[in-house]
Amino acid sequence: MKRILTGIVLSLVLGGVAPAAEIVPPADVPFDEYGSVETSLSGTPGDPENGRALMNKGAGNCVACHRVSELEELGFLGTIGPVLDGAADRWTEADLRGIVADAKRIFPETMMPSFYKTGGYVRPGDGFTGEAAEGELAPLLTAQEVEDLVAYLMTLHES
Amino acid sequence: MKTRMLSLAGLLLAGPALADPDDDTLVINGEIEIVTKAPAPAHLEDVFDTIISGWHYRNDETQAIEADDFENPGMLGVEAARDDWFEVAGTGEESCASCHGEPEEMAGVRPVYPKWNEDAGEVRTLAMQVNDCRTSRMGAEPWKYAGDEMTDMVALISSVSRGMPVDVAIDGPAQSTWEAGRDIYYTRYGRLELACANCHEDNNGSMIRADHLSQGQINGFPTYRLKNAKLNAVQSRFKGCIRDTMAETFEPGSPELVALELYVASRGNGLSVEGPSVRN
Repeated sequence: MKRILTGIVLSLVLGGVAPAAEIVPPADVPFDEYGSVETSLSGTPGDPENGRALMNKGAGNCVACHRVSELEELGFLGTIGPVLDGAADRWTEADLRGIVADAKRIFPETMMPSFYKTGGYVRPGDGFTGEAAEGELAPLLTAQEVEDLVAYLMTLHES
Repeated sequence: MKTRMLSLAGLLLAGPALADPDDDTLVINGEIEIVTKAPAPAHLEDVFDTIISGWHYRNDETQAIEADDFENPGMLGVEAARDDWFEVAGTGEESCASCHGEPEEMAGVRPVYPKWNEDAGEVRTLAMQVNDCRTSRMGAEPWKYAGDEMTDMVALISSVSRGMPVDVAIDGPAQSTWEAGRDIYYTRYGRLELACANCHEDNNGSMIRADHLSQGQINGFPTYRLKNAKLNAVQSRFKGCIRDTMAETFEPGSPELVALELYVASRGNGLSVEGPSVRN
């Protein structure tokens, strides 16, 4: 956040040129009191098509736990989390960004992993190898992937 | 705020499990009646009314395989262990049978393990006890903790207790180990921050993608899994589950997994010993 402010101040000083899109690091995400995040994490609009792809296997794997009617073709959608149909009607974009980034802020007991966080883990592993993680951990999703997922979720209106 | 209230309603509507365990009954070889549902033990009463074997969460085809020893591939491991049972090994020139007689003499052992060993001053699993026999009594090499020979032997010892109720002690000298296991059960490990309880206590009956989540009972171990076509030791399964939370996992035979085995076994006190069971 400090870096972003510095960027803004600098650009003002240098004559009002818009600052380049800057990534908000996981530790600096400006969650509000409720757990929502108003501002983009990447500064680049999300791509709903890539968000849709992330819902399936891979980094997101949201359908392991959530059902979405629009994704039924993938088969064997999970039933642990709430159905995501109509998510865009029930939540604001800021809410969805907060939930994808770190759902435990809004639902402290939730089983949902925190996808944009890098610390506070018990025995963090090196992927799914079972070995200890070494060095600095990357979040489960990049800032842009969070934005892409949020963009996809914002397309889910009740028909 | 209105949107948030609505979303809570959405959560509630989505709550009920879509694929609850079934109501079939399990009789092995037409004669061994298996208790696959039982009242929860006292220490678990606040969590479950009924404890349920993982057998109920599998489809009819998989269930049927376990009901017939000629169909159950896990019995091949039992037969292999029967050969080992009578085989003289080590400097002591003895076999398991030299002291214990027929494997059937071990009926009643499986239900009470893991168990406090007074002389050793520790809680021991069946695998630990087998290796203690091999090294200190037989003068033989220990088997790999969750290797095939050990897992087969645990399956043999389990098989002769099928139908008997699991009854591990959780108090007295075993209590501190049991409590350590309980702490592990409720710890959210790894970068996915998942505890055993997240899936097997809070969400059993639900689907995690194509997998039907059970209560995670271990009365059926060792378990022949169609997925990897072999008998699986319970602590290998624990290791795999913890690995899948994106965690640095624990090794079979570690104090952590021994404690976890005691604790999880105790959650099944009252179910029948089923091993070697068949799962997918």
